[in-house]
Amino acid sequence: MALDAIRDKVAIVGVGCCKFGENWDQSPSDMIVDAAYEAYEDAGIEKPQEQIDAVFTGSVYSQKGPHECSDALKLWKPVTSVSNYCATGTDAFRCGVMSIASGLYDTVLVVGYDKPKDRGVSGPSVMMNQVRDLPQTPASWFSICASRYFDRYGASRDDLARIAIKNHHNGTLAPKSFLKREITAEDYHRARIISWPFGLYDACAQTDGAAAAIITRADLARSFREDPVLVKGVTVFAGPNPQKDPHMDFLAWKPTVEAARDAWTMSGMEPSDVDVAQVHDCFSLTELLTYEDLGFCEKGSAKEHIADGDFELGGRLPVNTDGGLKTFGHPTGATGVRMIYENTLQLQGRAADRQVKDASVALSHNIGGHPTACGIAILARD
Amino acid sequence: MGVGILSYGAYVPPTRLAFATIGGRPAKDGGPERAVAWNDEDAVTMAVSAAVNCLRDLEREAIDAVMFASTTCPFGEKQAAALLARALDLPRGVRTADFAGSLRAGTGALRAAADAVAAGSSRRVLVVASDCRTGAPGSALEMNFGDAAVAFLVGEADPIATLDAGFAVAEEMVDVWRTASDRFVHTWEDRFVVQESYTPLVCEAGAGLFEQAGTSAGDYARVALYAPDQRSHGGAVRALRLDPTRVQDPLFGRLGNAGTPFALLQLAHALEEAGPGERLMVIAVGDGAEALSFTTTEHVEKLAPRRGVSWHLARRRGVKSYDRYLKARNLTVAEYEPPRDQGLSATIHFRERDDDVSFAAQVCNACGAVQFPHQRVCETCFARDDFGRLRLSDKVGRVLTYTFDHFFPNPDPPTVVTVCDIEGARVHLQMVNCEQDDVALDMPVEFEFRRIHQSGGRPNYYWKATPVPEAGEEA
Repeated sequence: MALDAIRDKVAIVGVGCCKFGENWDQSPSDMIVDAAYEAYEDAGIEKPQEQIDAVFTGSVYSQKGPHECSDALKLWKPVTSVSNYCATGTDAFRCGVMSIASGLYDTVLVVGYDKPKDRGVSGPSVMMNQVRDLPQTPASWFSICASRYFDRYGASRDDLARIAIKNHHNGTLAPKSFLKREITAEDYHRARIISWPFGLYDACAQTDGAAAAIITRADLARSFREDPVLVKGVTVFAGPNPQKDPHMDFLAWKPTVEAARDAWTMSGMEPSDVDVAQVHDCFSLTELLTYEDLGFCEKGSAKEHIADGDFELGGRLPVNTDGGLKTFGHPTGATGVRMIYENTLQLQGRAADRQVKDASVALSHNIGGHPTACGIAILARD
Repeated sequence: MGVGILSYGAYVPPTRLAFATIGGRPAKDGGPERAVAWNDEDAVTMAVSAAVNCLRDLEREAIDAVMFASTTCPFGEKQAAALLARALDLPRGVRTADFAGSLRAGTGALRAAADAVAAGSSRRVLVVASDCRTGAPGSALEMNFGDAAVAFLVGEADPIATLDAGFAVAEEMVDVWRTASDRFVHTWEDRFVVQESYTPLVCEAGAGLFEQAGTSAGDYARVALYAPDQRSHGGAVRALRLDPTRVQDPLFGRLGNAGTPFALLQLAHALEEAGPGERLMVIAVGDGAEALSFTTTEHVEKLAPRRGVSWHLARRRGVKSYDRYLKARNLTVAEYEPPRDQGLSATIHFRERDDDVSFAAQVCNACGAVQFPHQRVCETCFARDDFGRLRLSDKVGRVLTYTFDHFFPNPDPPTVVTVCDIEGARVHLQMVNCEQDDVALDMPVEFEFRRIHQSGGRPNYYWKATPVPEAGEEA
């Protein structure tokens, strides 16, 4: 195994993202077209049927199946459809990267999308398809770490509030984000509880959305644009359900810890090299644990770094610069690709009011399932 | 020594509905109330709990028959006794039978069990009576009823009480009834029921028993007597010429009329207090009446303390509002009818019944690690297909971590959700019998068989965690 085998072989030359939100008047196809055509334009692609060799797509809620993307874009191309919980978008991207690094394709379109808002419910529904492992709600899956972690490291809802407030602020700076509203600590503490310690503002906004990326061989990248972004490493990790894992300590999410180890090896980088990060804030505590699980700070120390403002815009390592899942929105299959969209803009100096100065290395991270699946992508300016 | 009762156990749900709460008034301490099976309980779950209490510290392998008595088995076709045997992890070769259709089914089952042992066809029979009857909202029966279960282990070796005699009379009356399609129990005008059915039947059964056993009313130290209500109970005590101080409190206004297990709960209550050499009488009524005569032995004082009626009466939690009771008993109108689909896959249930119903874990023969549910590969040492079996339902676990879920459908949110460590296995379990403030990391927990939901329009069962009673309350 050579984890560095794909390093610097593939570059991003175009990204696109539709407006995330409760897109009542848009079908999945409408959003796919918005995202993909923006990415075409970004890459200077005028004849996708001739310039794109294959399509990698990801969706968790798709009603139509793998051909949805081909149908929307009228592309007669090899298509791969990926489903890997919240790592779906990152996994579609990873499959595209590997297909190019293998030499099979030159240029590939990656599209992540989801349309959960046709179901008539706010947030995910409670699944009753078994008798074990209930409630099957993501809030309850992710909050199960809180009592143990709080007890061990003395963190509390006040620390979670800082994350929610930060992400609400950042969301106001991103044109395509769903929620554009600052919140206060008072708003945070007044909101109803969803699954303790998570209240309304600890939970991300489930929205519709689609995001796209055009990736190509690194040596061809400059034929598309002058400032390509290199893929340093991309990995996806999955493991057994942590709820029944006899060795789980509920102080860290193992999929992130395991995936991070590979991601650093693949990229030849370490946490201190990262200038900007988009991490999976499905719930505020997930973001807090991810700071530690990725190695951005020591286990148990996240609350001190939160208090110091390390992860805010202007801090040591700005995280979720576009508002994250919390306010940009979380269409499950799109999220990983949306993060790559934001990181690409950051590395190309195109992130306007939320630009991280001189960002040259960016990381994105997803974790999903019970949680059982983690995806990480590390990008850098060429 | 003869055939008799070897052990007993009871179950009364801790949730109590104060009569004041039914009327929308604030409940007072010590005011009248009734026991209420909550939304995750029914005649089967209560029966499992009573049986677990009966079998505490006893070998389960020797049990070769299970008899279940109830008028409220959740299934019209599908046996509760077989489900009970599986939940209790009893040997496969166990005989099972359901007794139903009458509030007299409990004494019928107890006597049938004793007959089977006496005949030598069974050695140890578990008899469980359980009922969860529903009176129409706002009716007198709603206040009168109480939900509970009681279990007895019947056998020959060193019984705590021998069954000496029994006498039954059958009668055809339309006094109390519920058709197959009725949700609520009906009763005819109460004076007719008491004057022409209840009181004469009790007297006839009592007189028959006295003759059979060669006893008279004055010989009985304790009497357990079914009655539809407190007033008719008093009337029957007078008609039978019983000394009221020797008659068990029927617990109206505390537990309520428990139906099939009602008289037998009073018998269990009597056994908690009884010394050796006491005569006990039980009379159950329903489409006739049946009277049983017992004599306690010296073993009655040797049986380790049981979780019986007193133990459960001391553990109560008031239902917060009548509305929550109605929700818990599915007596409210919902925005959407539950979907009429197949529900849980029967094939998945079939494959997972040792996990979900028997609550059995795996012990890796290679490394000794315990894991749940059953899997092909060891999560610790990765050995394949090399496991022993360990029953978790009777173990004590600890809360490893928890959350309070306000999303999961629950008449009394939030749902307490835990990951428990049980003998090294990690199990994701809901927790009951606790408020949010009662939950703590590492707290010890026991396990109760409960309904988890009603997908497919039928009860789907699994286990839930419950706090271990405080020290000194283990009984």
